[in-house]
Amino acid sequence: MEPFTTLVSVPTPLLRDNVDTDLIIPAAWLKTVSRKGLGAGAFESLRKRPDGTPDPGCVFNRPQYRGSQILVAGRNFGCGSSREHAAWALADLGYRCVIAESFADIFASNAFKNGILTIALESADLARIAADAEAVRPVRVDLAAQTVTTADGTVVAFALDAFRKHCLLNGLDEVSLTLEKHAGAIAAYEEAARQRMPWAIGG
Amino acid sequence: MSDPRTNHSRNGAPATLYDKIWNRHVVSDLGDGSALIYIDRHLVHEVTSPQAFESLRLAGRPVRRPEATLALVDHNVPTTPRDRPIEDPLAAKQISLLRENTAAFGIAFLDIDDPRQGIVHVVGPELGLTLPGLTIVCGDSHTSTHGAFGALAFGIGTSEVEHVLATQTLLLRKSRNMRVRVDGTLPPGVTAKDLALAIIGAIGTAGATGHVIEYAGEAVRALSMEGRMTLANMSIEAGGRAGLIAPDETTFAYLEGRPRAPKGALWERAVADWRTLASDPGAVFDREVVIDAREITPLVTWGTSPEQVVPVTGRVPDPDDFADPAAGRAAAAALDYMGLEPGTPIEGIAIDRVFIGSCTNSRIEDLRAAAAVFRGRKVAAGVRQVLVVPGSGEVKRQAEAEGLDRIFRAAGCEWREPGCSACLGMNPDKVPPGERCASTSNRNFVGRQGPGARTHLVSPAMAAAAAVSGHFTDVRRLATAGGV
Repeated sequence: MEPFTTLVSVPTPLLRDNVDTDLIIPAAWLKTVSRKGLGAGAFESLRKRPDGTPDPGCVFNRPQYRGSQILVAGRNFGCGSSREHAAWALADLGYRCVIAESFADIFASNAFKNGILTIALESADLARIAADAEAVRPVRVDLAAQTVTTADGTVVAFALDAFRKHCLLNGLDEVSLTLEKHAGAIAAYEEAARQRMPWAIGG
Repeated sequence: MSDPRTNHSRNGAPATLYDKIWNRHVVSDLGDGSALIYIDRHLVHEVTSPQAFESLRLAGRPVRRPEATLALVDHNVPTTPRDRPIEDPLAAKQISLLRENTAAFGIAFLDIDDPRQGIVHVVGPELGLTLPGLTIVCGDSHTSTHGAFGALAFGIGTSEVEHVLATQTLLLRKSRNMRVRVDGTLPPGVTAKDLALAIIGAIGTAGATGHVIEYAGEAVRALSMEGRMTLANMSIEAGGRAGLIAPDETTFAYLEGRPRAPKGALWERAVADWRTLASDPGAVFDREVVIDAREITPLVTWGTSPEQVVPVTGRVPDPDDFADPAAGRAAAAALDYMGLEPGTPIEGIAIDRVFIGSCTNSRIEDLRAAAAVFRGRKVAAGVRQVLVVPGSGEVKRQAEAEGLDRIFRAAGCEWREPGCSACLGMNPDKVPPGERCASTSNRNFVGRQGPGARTHLVSPAMAAAAAVSGHFTDVRRLATAGGV
């Protein structure tokens, strides 16, 4: 996985609450057996008019936001289905960071596992980033410092789980980490569980 | 003690059901509220697994305990007769790929023609794979369903599917404890689905984010296992990581004799253990919500989020009446998508289609409730299609043995093969653009049942009442053979 250090980008404003994973990537796109190419279906119901032509008013179609790597949204981003395709679709569109007021638990985990940083900010701080997004001004995200710097130089701090930060900064693969560090503990757990809860582990 | 994430039972303090299941599955305590947690059961379906198997193959890793995993097909399968080929080449490829992957990695697989095939969250409990006190995961957010048995069950992404296949564990941060206590008993005609929608309406779709919900109280204890599964199923719609109900005699009676449930002396030992799982008196919950079951009525969603819900006797709300401007804007956008005017009586809303099925409401009790309304009645003129889709082969056989299929067919419904069907706009069962569907599924999101589809979430009895009336109708006013 590509390490995440710093990022400078104009954020894309998707300023609404409850952006669900069906909106991010509709189920019709889940028939893929690859992680790639889902950007084509991302936010389809927003990007396309009912007749299938692109809606020029949609932020994802506006040239000002082409190449944007940061998405800004409201409360409860990524709610609904557990589909990791939502994270893959955002990555395929080029996004490496989502800033919102809050995130649904499963989405936040899926984003992290794909090297996408999720930053939860209180509404006043979020409003500063949203203002920059709407004015097409770049902001700077520094993962090591856990800060977002707005276009006028205001520094906003954010909280992050130490393990996730470590993995993102170093681009680490979690399966390798678990097998390297915990293989012995897993075997010991299984041995004990066979005595303690045979119906659980015998299944 | 002051930190809700500390290990209550190990230091002797009262523990919740969630604390107890968490504590007994810790492989490595990583501090900071995180732990490597052992996963007892893993359910796999065709849509969220291909990339996980691909990664295992690329890394040359085996599946650690293939016997802990069961795979089946549900999301993509057509619900038309099984002797026909699958027309969608992409769906056919996902299904054949799961067949190949499970064979290559030694995982049990219920294929499309297996008599036990069905929706993963219906089949797991039927087989007795779902047991109290276990950790159960699946690449599907409605894995919360299995929490009805007092199992810690939750949806995961594909990277986590890979992690579980390779290590039989997940690295998790412990959630907070939340209790939803439902006092009193549900009135006649009011079901577990209405209770689930009432809770989501009360706390919102992010109301339980970061929490594991424990459902408790008189009304929850009185629910059948089917009703409890409906309630636990929609925990994710309230934002909860999982939803739990303490195991009791109802749970044990459902499980005893199931194919994969323990037998004989091991059964007795397991039940004795399961009786110790309930939250201790005095256990600390970070949040508690109390709902009065007696005040709940049959509910209908009017918008594009499950929290946008009103009694069937109510009206479509006015966006200008919302105190929170963001909620008002969301309501206005939802009404525009739904093609509804503020102030319209819910019972005045005509419907085009009805879907009775999904992991929320496709079990035998759901079909009995719908059949009680359909018995001796016809689908109203103007309703284009009523799909009745059993959750599994076992549910289908039971329903046919009871003659429910004949009631549905006589009323003008289509009786289908098991699968996720019109819940998610992925297989051939979809709601066409602009059409309005009374649906027993779990999500009314924009485009969920197909691009432009308008979804109203209801209970099975309310869906049937809408089908025979042509518009939403308070099922309590319809006399039913089953005395709903």
